[in-house]
Amino acid sequence: MSRATIFQARDLQVHRGSARVLEVPALDLRAGEVLALMGPNGAGKSTLLLTLAGLLPPTAGTLHFRGTRLHSRADRDAYRRCMTMVFQDPLLFDATVAQNIASGLKLRGLSAAERQPQVEDWARRLGLGHLLHRPAHQLSGGEAQRTALARAFVLRPEILFLDEPFSALDSRTRGELVNDLSHILAETGTTAVITTHEQGEAARLAHRLAVMQGGRIVQLGGLREVLNHPEDPFVAAFVGMETLLKGQVVTCRDGLLFLRVRKDSGDRAMVALGEAQPGQTVLVGVRPEHVALSLQTDNTSSARNAFPGTVTKVIPHGPFFKIELDCGFFLTAFVTAQSLSELDLQPGRPVVASFKATAVHLIRREGLDAQL
Amino acid sequence: MELIWEGLRKALELLLRLDPEVLRITLLSLKVSGIATFISVVLGLGLALTVALNAFPGKRLVIALMNTGMGLPPVVVGLFVTVLLWRNGPLGFLGILYTPTAIILAQAVIATPIIAGLSLAALQHLPPGLRLQILALGATRTQMIWLLLKEARLPLLAAIMAGFGGVISEVGASIMVGGNLKGSTRVLTTATVMETSRGNFEIAFALSFILLVLAFSVNALLTHLQQRSRRR
Repeated sequence: MSRATIFQARDLQVHRGSARVLEVPALDLRAGEVLALMGPNGAGKSTLLLTLAGLLPPTAGTLHFRGTRLHSRADRDAYRRCMTMVFQDPLLFDATVAQNIASGLKLRGLSAAERQPQVEDWARRLGLGHLLHRPAHQLSGGEAQRTALARAFVLRPEILFLDEPFSALDSRTRGELVNDLSHILAETGTTAVITTHEQGEAARLAHRLAVMQGGRIVQLGGLREVLNHPEDPFVAAFVGMETLLKGQVVTCRDGLLFLRVRKDSGDRAMVALGEAQPGQTVLVGVRPEHVALSLQTDNTSSARNAFPGTVTKVIPHGPFFKIELDCGFFLTAFVTAQSLSELDLQPGRPVVASFKATAVHLIRREGLDAQL
Repeated sequence: MELIWEGLRKALELLLRLDPEVLRITLLSLKVSGIATFISVVLGLGLALTVALNAFPGKRLVIALMNTGMGLPPVVVGLFVTVLLWRNGPLGFLGILYTPTAIILAQAVIATPIIAGLSLAALQHLPPGLRLQILALGATRTQMIWLLLKEARLPLLAAIMAGFGGVISEVGASIMVGGNLKGSTRVLTTATVMETSRGNFEIAFALSFILLVLAFSVNALLTHLQQRSRRR
C-alpha cells in the first residue's frame, strides 16, 4: 500500500561534545504509518526521536515536513504545532485530568467552550471519563499515561512521537494501553514514531521497524521483513529471536486453532492454542528455544507443527548453538553441543523443525490485511 | 517576663493610638522591604531562569556563586553599598546615601541571591523532560517559561517569602546605608536597635512585636496564595 511521504530527514548528525551520537543518512515517514525504533539502551532511539520532533536541533542535516524545510526557529515553532510527543514519564501538570488534556489546546488559544467537548471526547476514548476532575498527582501510573495520550491525541497531531511510553508500567497495564493505542492509531490514521525495546509492542503497533545500534539505523523495513529476514547478526540477535508468520484461521475448536500459514513454497497448516474467528488474519510468532530439530518427522512427538527445512547458519550462542533455518521462512532454533554433533548440523543440512501448539504465539491486530 | 508583657501592652497602645512616628516607621519598613523584594524577584527569577534554561561553560561556578550569595552578611553588603554611594565613591554623584533608596538598594543586593538561589533550585527540581514536553505541546518560548513558573509556584513563593523575610528583618545594612535618620530612614529594625541601646525596652519590644506581626502577615498572605493553588 503506497502512502505519501510527509516527513523527510536527510544526512542527520547529532554530536554531543566531540562524540557523534546519531548518524542517519535518510529517513522518510509516510502518512498514516507507524514506525517503531528498536535497539538497546544508548543506540540513539530517543535522540533520533527528539531530532525528528524538532526538539533537538541536529548538528548537521535537513528536515522537511510536507515539503517545507525546517530551517529557522520560526519553521520549527510552526512544525511543533503540527506534531506532539508522549514521553516515558507522563509529565503531567499539577492540575486536574481535564486541565491536563486541555493544556495543548489552551496554548493554541482555544476558548474553554471550544476545548471542553474535545477534552471530554478524548477522556472518554481513553477511559478517563470518570476521572476528569481528579488532580493528576492522585492518578495511577496507567491513568497518568492515558491522560498524557489524551493530551496528545486531542491536538490531532499530524505526527505523534512516543518515547518508550509504556516502559515504566507493569505488564498488565502495558498490555491494556498498547491495545487501546493500537485501536486509536488505526481509527485516527495518525502517523506515529514509537521507540521501544519490547518486541511485542513493536509487533502490535508498527508497520515498519528500524533497528538501531550505535547511533545508526542498521536495518529499516516492513515489520515482518525485519523480524524474519534480519540483515546482519546484530539485528538477528536483537529481533530475530522470534519468527513472525502471517496466517489465517481455518477452524477453532476445543481451544485449538488450526491456521493456514503462507510460505514461499505454498501454504502449510499450523496448530496453535487460542481463540479467534475463522477467517481472521493473525500473526504467529515462534521463539527459538521452543523449536526442536530432528532428521525426520517424528510421529511419536507431541509437537503438532513440523516443517522441513535447511540449515543456513550455525552460531555459537552462550552454552547453546543458534541454528538459522530456511523452512520457506526464517526460523531459528537453539540446540546443545550434543545435538549439534548428533544431528551433524551444518549449513546445507536438511532437517525437520518442530514445535508444540503451545509454543505458537498469536498476535492479533487491527486491519492486518491492509497493513502487511 | 514583666518587661515582655509591658512591651506587649505598650505595642498595643502605640498601635491603637496610631502613633504617627510608629506608623511612619512601620510603613517605611514595609515599603522599603517590599520594593527591595520586588526588584529581587525580577532580577533573581530572571537570573534563575537564565541559568536553568541554558547550558553554558562555567554554569556550576555561577550556581556556586548564587548559593554563596544566599548567605551574604547584611553588614558586608552595607559596607560595600556605603563605599559605593559615598560622596567620592563611584556612585556618589547619585546622592542617595542615607535615603530610603539606599536601603532599598542594599536590601535588593541581599535578597536577590536568596531568591535567585531558591528559585533555581525550584526550577531544577522540575522533571528534566518537562521543558521538552511543554514545547512538544506547541508552546511558544514565553508560554513555556510561564508554564514552568506555574509548575514550580509552590517553591517559588517560598523563595519570595525567604527573600522578604531576609530583608524585613535585617538591620546591619539598613543602619549603615540609611543612618537611622528620624523621619527619613528609620525602619523597625534600626529603631529597635536604637531604643534598646537607650534602655527604652518597652518601645523596643513594641517595635519588635510590630515587626513580627508584619512578617507574619506578609508570609500568611503568601502562604495563603501558595496553599490555595495547591488545593486545586
